[in-house]
Amino acid sequence: MITDMNKSVKKHSLIFLITIFLFTLLVTFLSEPFGINFISTSFVKVLGKTLCLCIAAIAMDVVWGYCGILSLGHFAFFGLGGYMIGMWLMYERTSIIVLNSLDDSQLPFTEIELQEAIGNQIFGVVGGTEIPLIWTFADNLYFQIIFVILIPGLIAFIFGWLAFRSRVTGVYLSILTQAMTLALSLYLFQNDSGLRGNNGLSGLQNIPHLENLSQSTISILFLWLSSIGLIFSFVIFNYIIQSKFGSVITAIRDNETRLRFFGYNVEIYKLFIFVITAIITGLAGAIYYPQAGIINPAEIAPIASIYLAVWVAIGGRGKLYGAILGAASVSLLSSWFTGGNAPNIPLGFFTIEWVNWWTVFLGIGFVAITIFSKGGLIGMLNTLLVKIK
Amino acid sequence: MKYLLIILFSLLSFNSAFSEENFDNFLFKNSKLIINSSSKTVGTFLEKINVYDQNTVSRFLNLWKNKKLFYIKETKKIVLISKFDNKTYYAIDIFSNAKIGKKKKKDFKKIKPNSGVRAKIATALVNFQIFSNDKNKRINSINALEKKILPEHLKLLRKAFLLEEDDRLKIKIKKLLQFAILQHGTDDKEKIKVLNELKTNTSIEVRAVLSKLLRTSEIKVTRNIEDLNNLNIAQIIKPEVISKKQFGEVIKSFFYKEKLKLSVIDAYKIAQKNGFLDKRVSLNELKLILENNIVDNKILGIDIKEFNKNSKRIEVYNKLAKIKNLNIYRDETELLNDLKQLHFYKIYIEKNKYITNKTKQVLDSINFKVKFYKYLDLFIDGLSLSSIYFLGAIGLAITFGVMRVINMAHGEFIMMGAYTGYVVQSYITNHTLSLIIAFPLAFIITFIAGVIMERLVIKHLYKNPLDTLLATFGISIALQQLAKNIFGTQARPLTSPSWLDGSLIINDDLSISYIRIAIFVLGVLFFLILLFVMKKTRFGLETRSVTQNPVMASNMGVNTEKINMLTFGFGSGIAGVAGVAIGLFSKVTSELGSEYIVQSFMTVVVGGVGSIWGTLAGASLIGFLQKFIEWFNPSNTLAAQTYMIIFIILFIQFRPRGLIALKGRAANDN
Repeated sequence: MITDMNKSVKKHSLIFLITIFLFTLLVTFLSEPFGINFISTSFVKVLGKTLCLCIAAIAMDVVWGYCGILSLGHFAFFGLGGYMIGMWLMYERTSIIVLNSLDDSQLPFTEIELQEAIGNQIFGVVGGTEIPLIWTFADNLYFQIIFVILIPGLIAFIFGWLAFRSRVTGVYLSILTQAMTLALSLYLFQNDSGLRGNNGLSGLQNIPHLENLSQSTISILFLWLSSIGLIFSFVIFNYIIQSKFGSVITAIRDNETRLRFFGYNVEIYKLFIFVITAIITGLAGAIYYPQAGIINPAEIAPIASIYLAVWVAIGGRGKLYGAILGAASVSLLSSWFTGGNAPNIPLGFFTIEWVNWWTVFLGIGFVAITIFSKGGLIGMLNTLLVKIK
Repeated sequence: MKYLLIILFSLLSFNSAFSEENFDNFLFKNSKLIINSSSKTVGTFLEKINVYDQNTVSRFLNLWKNKKLFYIKETKKIVLISKFDNKTYYAIDIFSNAKIGKKKKKDFKKIKPNSGVRAKIATALVNFQIFSNDKNKRINSINALEKKILPEHLKLLRKAFLLEEDDRLKIKIKKLLQFAILQHGTDDKEKIKVLNELKTNTSIEVRAVLSKLLRTSEIKVTRNIEDLNNLNIAQIIKPEVISKKQFGEVIKSFFYKEKLKLSVIDAYKIAQKNGFLDKRVSLNELKLILENNIVDNKILGIDIKEFNKNSKRIEVYNKLAKIKNLNIYRDETELLNDLKQLHFYKIYIEKNKYITNKTKQVLDSINFKVKFYKYLDLFIDGLSLSSIYFLGAIGLAITFGVMRVINMAHGEFIMMGAYTGYVVQSYITNHTLSLIIAFPLAFIITFIAGVIMERLVIKHLYKNPLDTLLATFGISIALQQLAKNIFGTQARPLTSPSWLDGSLIINDDLSISYIRIAIFVLGVLFFLILLFVMKKTRFGLETRSVTQNPVMASNMGVNTEKINMLTFGFGSGIAGVAGVAIGLFSKVTSELGSEYIVQSFMTVVVGGVGSIWGTLAGASLIGFLQKFIEWFNPSNTLAAQTYMIIFIILFIQFRPRGLIALKGRAANDN
């Protein structure tokens, strides 16, 4: 019975992975640089970004849908990953620009002069010239990539250890994670936080050392990166969930106290899940923001994390592809409706302008799904399929 | 006694002995001095007119100062003019205002005193006005003096102090006299006497005058240490090698104030300016000199690519300096050696050491008192912030605390209340009346909204609090967008009635705005009402019973469904009323609620869920704590909020149930 289920799940996963792969291949053939120029560069970027959001969504699904921890802080990890990679992108690019500005009649920069010139370029907007301490390794891509993993992981570890240790659960934990997110975004909003305050990091779409490639080529590059990232994290999470470890986690969600009585060290399991999902989310952010081009503290605001939970809930908790479906559909639909492209609906006495009314309908629809369909869209689909059979 | 003095002074100055006519004559005789006035000659003239009638003279001086006077070219007589037709004007007597003749336009010429002269006239005018019989004129002149006291006013103020009869003015004059003595007096004993008198005065003016006494010179330098013996030294400064990080910026620290530091390079500049040391080459100049000597991308045969280290630059520069006979580069430690034989110091402008010491002492004792007011101010700040948090959180304390329902739309109920206030105010222009209507109306509207929400949504989700959180979030974004669609994105004003404007001023360091007092009173009122409802009414009793054990309550005949509904409505209604209050001091926008929601949740959680006392404790803790952290670094409220949240996260670790935790069965479900 269990092996049967495993088989069917494996089949589903395989189908899913092939779908993602084929989708990416299709977009590549429809794109400008490698195909028939049917899809614009900006839309390729939107698709790439959506794939990254899907990664964050499945991480959210694992931590919430499987482990029962409603974290309202995972988007903060997403942003942190973006900040870490953004530091390198910005520093390296500025340093190239500064070095190119020298002509023959000038002496080459000393270390200090170079730092000063770069500091001036980057921190001029917030009235500083010094390069803050946290930028010490910003000139080294490998270090920053390690930070993309390390910083969200470390914050998640410290926070999770404190919270799980004192057995903060349920809504209290949600509020606490939300407080953490708020603290982080408020901190980043300061001008002397060392990350340019509310200006954030910008110009991230220009990848240093890849100046010869056009933006359209880079967009395809990142699309593949995002898609590989999604497949990679799907495989990891799927493996975790299918293992015995996964069963324990699901059991924690269903009855934590009972599991504790069985002798399981519940805190370790929760902590592991919290940290691993934070790291994967951070990595997703590191792929997302070079496509978005700019990151600022507003992205980390508590509401972003709640939206992440909303996507997962709409798609369907407890199913990885449900989370992906939710994230992809809601984020794409949102940007379509609020982008002003959707046709307005004239009702005679009143015209529904989607730009203004989309959020209202989203909110109401979300309430309806929470009340009437716990399984989300995937749950509805499944019931429908069962009925047909 | 007073009258005697007045008589004495009048006799001394021959005040009334001269009539207007005499002044007229005097003017006629001295008309040249007036027409061709310069700041040098005007002084003697102004002294001479002291003896004439005050009113007449001050009227004349005012006219003169304001460039209203003309003179007849032929006779040099000084007159006013008035237009007859385009070419002819009347000449008018200055004193009697009578027309004394008609002449052609070109026969008159305007008297134009330059700015130096006008300034002297203004000073002299004070002289006349401060002794004027008209009290308003005296007040005017004293107000003018408050802005700037000149040395020559000292004498006047002494005299005015003796003569003044009005008590309030006399106090003002005394204050000015004290300031004048401190700033311009020559008698050191008198200064010390004044310093002693000012000991208890904490006003900002006094502090400004006292710190003026402690003004210091620029940094001076000498080779001979004995030179310092006879000076009133403020500070002796040792040059230091200062890292770039410390240099030139205010060193931020919670506990230390910035100290005056003198970098080696600045010290060297001062020494060089005073002729003690030779000019040095700075690194920047060195770089420029090197760049000017680039030949074919090389300097002295060395490729410029190698010049990316300061050591290399200095080495090559020193070689170049020998060839071109330039100053050799010396680094900071070498400079420090040169500077060792010099002494850098600052002196007080005031030469008497005893006075500066005394001033410092007085200023210290004043600052001690001021500090007390500052702490009091901080306390009041904390109190008002706490009341705001309390208002924001108290509705939530009922829905979340008592019912364990996470209502993310709580902030939107606050917003609804604020918009209700705005709408009422747009129909009823009387602000007081509109508030009286808005408070109950906001309660009713949000009560209904809360009941509807409970019936439609929350009823289905009591068993799963996490789902309530998400569902109410959905409602929250829908309501927020709805408000945006109806009222637009710009902030709407909710004006407080005029009797809430302004503030209660206790002294220069302590003032409390009435709106803050009102918010505080409202907070206390809310607390009392809530306490009454929960403890003394049937509804409160039933609510508490449902909170503690819904099944048992239901067995005892309590209609739990109805109680849940009413409690939720009650909590929402309270949020609406709080919204009106919050709208009074912050702008009403659709995002108003979301600004308060996270803090409100934290207030409830920190205080302890399920208890109104807990919410009070939580709000006080958070409010005072935030103000306390802000106090360390007032410019940065964002950082204060960040640290406060981190503190709360840590706090929850050690007291997961909050400050005031429920005990017994009521606390079971968590």
